[in-house]
Amino acid sequence: MSISERITLEHGSGGALSRQLTEQLIYPILKNDAYGELADATPFQIRGRAFITTDTYVVDPPFFPGGDIGTLGIFGTCNDLAVCGARPRYLTMGLILEEGFLTADLRRVLESVRAAAEQVGVLVISGDTKVVPSGKGGGIFLNTTGVGEALGDHLLSVNNIREGDSVLVSGPVGSHGLAILASREDLKIGATLRSDCAPLFPLCEALYALGGKLRFMRDATRGGVAAVLNEAVAENRKCGMEIQETAFPISGTVAAASDLLGLNPLEIANEGVMIAVVAPEAATEALSLLRSFEAGREACRVGVANGRYPGRVILETAVGGRRILDLPRGLLLPRIC
Amino acid sequence: MAAPLLEEIKQTAADISGIVRVMEVCGTHTVAIRRSGVHSLLPENILLVSGPGCPVCVTPTSYIDNALHLLETTKATVVSFGDMLKVPGSDGRNLAGYLGRGRVRMVYSPSELLPIAQDSAGEVVFLAIGFETTIPTVAAAFLQARRAGIENLYLYTAFKTVPPALRVLLDSPDRNLDGFLLPGHVSVIIGEQPYRFLEERGGVPGVITGFEPLDLLQGISAVLKQIARGEQRVENAYTRAVRPNGNPKAREIMERLLEPVDALWRGFGRIPASGLALGRAFREADAELHFSLPPLYNVEPPGCVCARVLQGRVLPTECTLFGKRCTPETPVGPCMVSSEGTCAASFRYGDLEP
Repeated sequence: MSISERITLEHGSGGALSRQLTEQLIYPILKNDAYGELADATPFQIRGRAFITTDTYVVDPPFFPGGDIGTLGIFGTCNDLAVCGARPRYLTMGLILEEGFLTADLRRVLESVRAAAEQVGVLVISGDTKVVPSGKGGGIFLNTTGVGEALGDHLLSVNNIREGDSVLVSGPVGSHGLAILASREDLKIGATLRSDCAPLFPLCEALYALGGKLRFMRDATRGGVAAVLNEAVAENRKCGMEIQETAFPISGTVAAASDLLGLNPLEIANEGVMIAVVAPEAATEALSLLRSFEAGREACRVGVANGRYPGRVILETAVGGRRILDLPRGLLLPRIC
Repeated sequence: MAAPLLEEIKQTAADISGIVRVMEVCGTHTVAIRRSGVHSLLPENILLVSGPGCPVCVTPTSYIDNALHLLETTKATVVSFGDMLKVPGSDGRNLAGYLGRGRVRMVYSPSELLPIAQDSAGEVVFLAIGFETTIPTVAAAFLQARRAGIENLYLYTAFKTVPPALRVLLDSPDRNLDGFLLPGHVSVIIGEQPYRFLEERGGVPGVITGFEPLDLLQGISAVLKQIARGEQRVENAYTRAVRPNGNPKAREIMERLLEPVDALWRGFGRIPASGLALGRAFREADAELHFSLPPLYNVEPPGCVCARVLQGRVLPTECTLFGKRCTPETPVGPCMVSSEGTCAASFRYGDLEP
């Protein structure tokens, strides 16, 4: 018996069709050496200190230029591990499907999950699938929980940030949020607009080799770089940051589209961009390390940590004016990841 | 490119003795100035103060009360722009509370009115606020609905026009203003003519200004040069968008539907012929008449100084509620609600010590 064209409620029943979906579709795509059999739990080994993180993906639409919910579900969670100084090792994946979702689309998502996991070098070792009635879910939601191995003893934290430290951005900002918005609303704002969805682990691993001179890293997802910078100074409290608007790499399409829509690229979500804070004497080396990777080719120094306005991010604007860069407010772009 | 303009501004400011107060009339200007940080670049003796150009902010609280009253006493659907929904009425409640219940609909463009009215079996009331920028698009949407045979669409008009408010500011006995940055978008519609009274004896310079950082600097430089020379002319520094005669076609659409009326402004009181309401031929679509809504009056929440902020007499940071009880998440007054509000801009982009 082959799997039906669309997902039915019975695929989540725990009965014959559930088993069929798992055995004929999901498992063949995701199976690996560590996921040897379909048991209730999977054993795994980890060396030294481990990191764990979880993230849930509800992006609308699930397929967008530059990726899909599967790519996002793997890269997103692995990036959260990577920026904490951990090598992503194992993932679990929970799927929530809406009755009527196309089986071919599920296959596409699972193929993306496999390809993304292979790219990062992470293994999916446990999973679960539920189906909700038509109209009660957004086609497909997924949750991934990731476990990573500490790259070393040095713990990255906003509390490591000191006055004079350099603030770096790993790549051009704003493309993920705009790509989602454009494909959701069918906006004709540049066919070249693609999500930047990419794994950050190689970049993080390279920077981690700087040791104590690497203070802090965070991927700039929801709320964009504005949110990350504000979180950093809010948690640190001793330091503020002074950031230059014109220093950020921004593609021409993103600049034009965000201008048209009245959005600030610094507040738009990214899925392959991070902020790193390093000691001033390590800034040049950190930049050349970042630039040796495709995802970090346009890495730039965008500002400096200082104590003049503790807890505040000050933006020097394109015309040389100065103002506060606040946390984004209001719900500009819902269901972005 | 900004540097030569800034140098020009610095030199002109040095020629002027004492402090100069220039009002940016338009809410979009307020936000653009704050976002680009242009205000932080100006010499110390040049102060920019915000004016009454945020449509949500100048709408009396009792208008919100009446809209809430409409929801409670009729079955009508209320349609509004988003900014209006979070403004507290006199008892602190707002229209956003009704969003989930299908009684209040938020729109981005008046063009959405036609399909909403078409799909609705009952009466649909649009909260028709705005200046000359917005009014023609609402008028066009309403007339289009009429042509499509729609009879269940009502307008609750609190439209306002900018020049009468400027005249009130100019004629104020304790006036503390030396010039105006005139609103670019409004001027696209009305042109230069309606501002000519600024050139009369006792007037001040007025410069029609665009919204990009360089536009703003150019407008400010032009105002300052006039002040330094003792001139008081209406000048157009936004010629790429504003024609001297404005947009006659848009005005013609407004005039077909609406006629001037006295209007109540938050912060200013009643200003003669400063509003627009439905003309005789369309009066049966006037929500105020159809639903017998009570007349508007001005009442301010305790402690809220929005009324004086709108006249440029008080800075947001001088309000005791600012940033404490009153924030964009928990606004007390309209200047903190609207994305174009002076207090919201000041809160969001901050006032930095030099």
